[in-house]
Amino acid sequence: MNIRKMSRRRVLRGVLNGGVVAVALPVLDCFLNENGNAYASGAPLPVRFGTWFWGLGGNNNILIPSKTGPGYEIPEQLAPVARVRQHINLISNLTAFRDGEPNLCHYSGWIIGRSGKAPKSSADRPTETLDITIANQIGRATRFRTLTASATGDFRNTVSYENENSPNPPEISPVEFYARLYGPDFQDPNSPDFTPNPRTMARRSVLSAVMGEIKTLEKAVGAADRQRLEQYFTGLRHLERQFDQQLTKPEPIAACHAPSAVTSDPQMGVDVEMVQTRHRLLTDLMVMAVACDQTRVFNMAYSNAQANTVREGYEKPHHTTTHEEPIDAKLGYQPNHAYFASRAIEEWAYFVEAFSKIREGSGTLLDNMLIYANTDHGDARIHSLDQLIAFTAGRAGGRVKTGLHVDAGGGGVTRVGYTALRVMGLDLPAWGVKSNMTSNHLSEIIA
Amino acid sequence: MRLLTQQQYMNMLAYVFGPDVQPMTRFAALPRVAGLLASGASRAGLTDAQLEVYQKTASKVAEQVISEDSRKYLVPCVPAEPAAADAECARTFISRVGPLLYRRALPPEYVDVLVEEANKAANSLKDFYQGLGVVIEGMLLSPSVLLVTETMEPDPDHPGAQRLDAWSLATRLSLFLWNAPPDADLLEAAGNGELHTRRGLAKQVDRMLASPRLEGGVRALFDDMFEFENFATLSKDGQVYPNFTGETAVDAREQTLRTIVDHLVVRHEDYRDLFTTRQTFMSPSLAPIYKVAVRSPGWSPYEFPPDSPYAGLLTQVSFQALHSHPGRSSATLRGKALREIMLCQVVPRPPPDVDFSAVENPDGTLKTARERVGFHLQNPSCAGCHLITDPTGLAMESFDGAGQFRREEGGVDIDTSGNLDGVEFDDVVGLGEALRDNPQVPRCLVRRAFAYATGTSSDSNNRDLLEFLAQEFASSGYVLPDLLREIALSSAFRTVYELEVRPTAPLPDQQSAQEPASAAELTASVAP
Repeated sequence: MNIRKMSRRRVLRGVLNGGVVAVALPVLDCFLNENGNAYASGAPLPVRFGTWFWGLGGNNNILIPSKTGPGYEIPEQLAPVARVRQHINLISNLTAFRDGEPNLCHYSGWIIGRSGKAPKSSADRPTETLDITIANQIGRATRFRTLTASATGDFRNTVSYENENSPNPPEISPVEFYARLYGPDFQDPNSPDFTPNPRTMARRSVLSAVMGEIKTLEKAVGAADRQRLEQYFTGLRHLERQFDQQLTKPEPIAACHAPSAVTSDPQMGVDVEMVQTRHRLLTDLMVMAVACDQTRVFNMAYSNAQANTVREGYEKPHHTTTHEEPIDAKLGYQPNHAYFASRAIEEWAYFVEAFSKIREGSGTLLDNMLIYANTDHGDARIHSLDQLIAFTAGRAGGRVKTGLHVDAGGGGVTRVGYTALRVMGLDLPAWGVKSNMTSNHLSEIIA
Repeated sequence: MRLLTQQQYMNMLAYVFGPDVQPMTRFAALPRVAGLLASGASRAGLTDAQLEVYQKTASKVAEQVISEDSRKYLVPCVPAEPAAADAECARTFISRVGPLLYRRALPPEYVDVLVEEANKAANSLKDFYQGLGVVIEGMLLSPSVLLVTETMEPDPDHPGAQRLDAWSLATRLSLFLWNAPPDADLLEAAGNGELHTRRGLAKQVDRMLASPRLEGGVRALFDDMFEFENFATLSKDGQVYPNFTGETAVDAREQTLRTIVDHLVVRHEDYRDLFTTRQTFMSPSLAPIYKVAVRSPGWSPYEFPPDSPYAGLLTQVSFQALHSHPGRSSATLRGKALREIMLCQVVPRPPPDVDFSAVENPDGTLKTARERVGFHLQNPSCAGCHLITDPTGLAMESFDGAGQFRREEGGVDIDTSGNLDGVEFDDVVGLGEALRDNPQVPRCLVRRAFAYATGTSSDSNNRDLLEFLAQEFASSGYVLPDLLREIALSSAFRTVYELEVRPTAPLPDQQSAQEPASAAELTASVAP
């Protein structure tokens, strides 16, 4: 079908008459302007934000190119990224400033990168990670304000905090993630049929009665608990909004194709092969969740900070390896650490590529996204908080340039987060605390 | 205010709707606060995702309760017309189930609201049971059900003082002793004022201690204290430890819990002897790890012979395998776990700037863990903590990362000697004896048990109170049910512990925007 020959008027007529909506699979394109980068109404395509996390960084001497800017060379460990280099930026030589707080190994580094503040102790949790700051800005129109997944199999370990007592638990099971996204409550935006479920209307009604209880409870509890009741109330409002969405016919979205059902989970465990399988299954589900506009903000973790990934037959997990493996005199790095780190970089490339394969408008889904990837240490062997690297991926609807290697010159890792916040539309004069506070975005990557 | 844990929720469903109503679900993980998830339940916040999980779970429960098979048992009346509302039948059901879910008598006007919702839903769905299902879902989403709110009232016996109201006390008792919401008897005692009398309270506590449901409560206490939630993510390298399967992990946890229940609840033995007892239970999947023969399927009692290296909880697979790496043992993790879990001590985190590569063994001259970790003791910044963990951790090197006994590593005999706070021993059995006689062991249990009972943090409670409870525990011969009784009947148990207000608002410089920005603002804000 030549989608350009289908007029908006013709599709709209189809919608209004009902029943023939099935012809409108590629309808999003019809609703776009001539350049395919905005709705015909002039509203821009939504720009989504995602994060990706991996633990223990890499081996910087085989990871970081000597050249900066475009056309940088690809060192050995960066090899998988070569196939997506036009979509990404590598930012090297970043620092997470401790500001007199302890270096909480495998914690301070990534927490600063995502919250802008050096934690005082490992019990000092972020008051809000930047994905939530962004989700509260752009995520309220979709079915899920934010989605978080982790390939580690560990549902107690997350990179996303609503507040210090409210981590967003990650999805770890592809089967469960599929059910949450594409189970009975999923409304295929391209389905020709739409019949509001009367049960959903009844559910919505009873929810109001439940909400009324909160007011009674609030009178009986102290201030700390009132905060939690407010959160509960917000959660119920979220359910209410989901019910409302189920009662409303969604707009067709060309790029949305519900994936085939995931019926069994990959084997539990932290072996790199198992983690890779899980990462790819979760990634594929996440990509389509974004393409189907189920969420506009998401997080994916490949490994935990202090990654416990293992390799069959090799006794040390990745983290132990970084500390106990000698630097190979000839190679100049720790070879087994390099093996684990390279596997992580390979998965980063997979993640980026997966979004780049979905066509949206005149470009790809990734063109209308910004992904921020960070890690916990620069040199994991000595728990360094300098020489950190980070990546971005996607052009954020034209707001970001890609294909660059930026040497941050030892500047704060928060500059990357601040840039992401600005790109995603948060008009913040600065971000971060004390030395990690910055008002200096990475102008090199801004279009 | 505490979040109802997943197990407590499941126990509630089993009591109210029967043991078959156990939906597949996964509630958000609770934070571990001062050694306990139960203390974390007092702080844990709620996210949108969590509410979604609650909603989906509630929906599954409702569906099962109103299914054609179940309704005849679970709905105590039959509607006059199945395709329409029946207020009377809905009221009968809600009046029976409501108090058990809400853990208190429901105000009549709230019952009216729920009946009205059931009627509205039944009429719109043209099905009485579907209408009831919608209300069951709603009740299971109620903050009064999922959050354990503890309400204060003036204490008439102590003018000017406050105490827990009877419903809150009933719930606290029941969660403590049964890990489940109150049953109908306990609610009745709360409703008629009996629970506020010394005799009435003692009667209920004794009834609960004598109930088979105490086992569930004791299991939950130790599952929490021993950090057994980590079994959910425990895996071993199949090439290094081919005997250790997923079933081994499940059974290792179960073996320890069975040992604990048998020792403490069934036989009323001394808590400290758990660290030396040779009595346990064995299953076919554990037999190859312990290298013993098991003839029958399922679980059977098992006693290790006196000369066996297996004696006490420290020698069980649950402890050794849980505190190891996937492909090898860890003297440090084990020593740390012993200190933190059994003795309630805190081992500091490692310093950030240590080059560990000297621990490695590139030339093959260092064969055992003792030789490798000897490095820690030469380095002053490491030695501080490793002197706390290694002398006990190295004694446990006689077990590999899967918990299998071994005498040598790398062809060299393992030296399992060590000391615990000045008490010397030769091997892990001796370590168990030293632990058994360490006065901090029962004190640690008292500390955790009181915090667990009240949802408080175990580092925040009154030391005099804990010392008093520890002395009572000692004079009872360290019998756990006696300690539980002592706690449950104490006035401190009937006190409301207010959580301090912690700032949860975003920092001013990263404040979430409440209103989405316009497209023009988006563009403008990106401009450098």
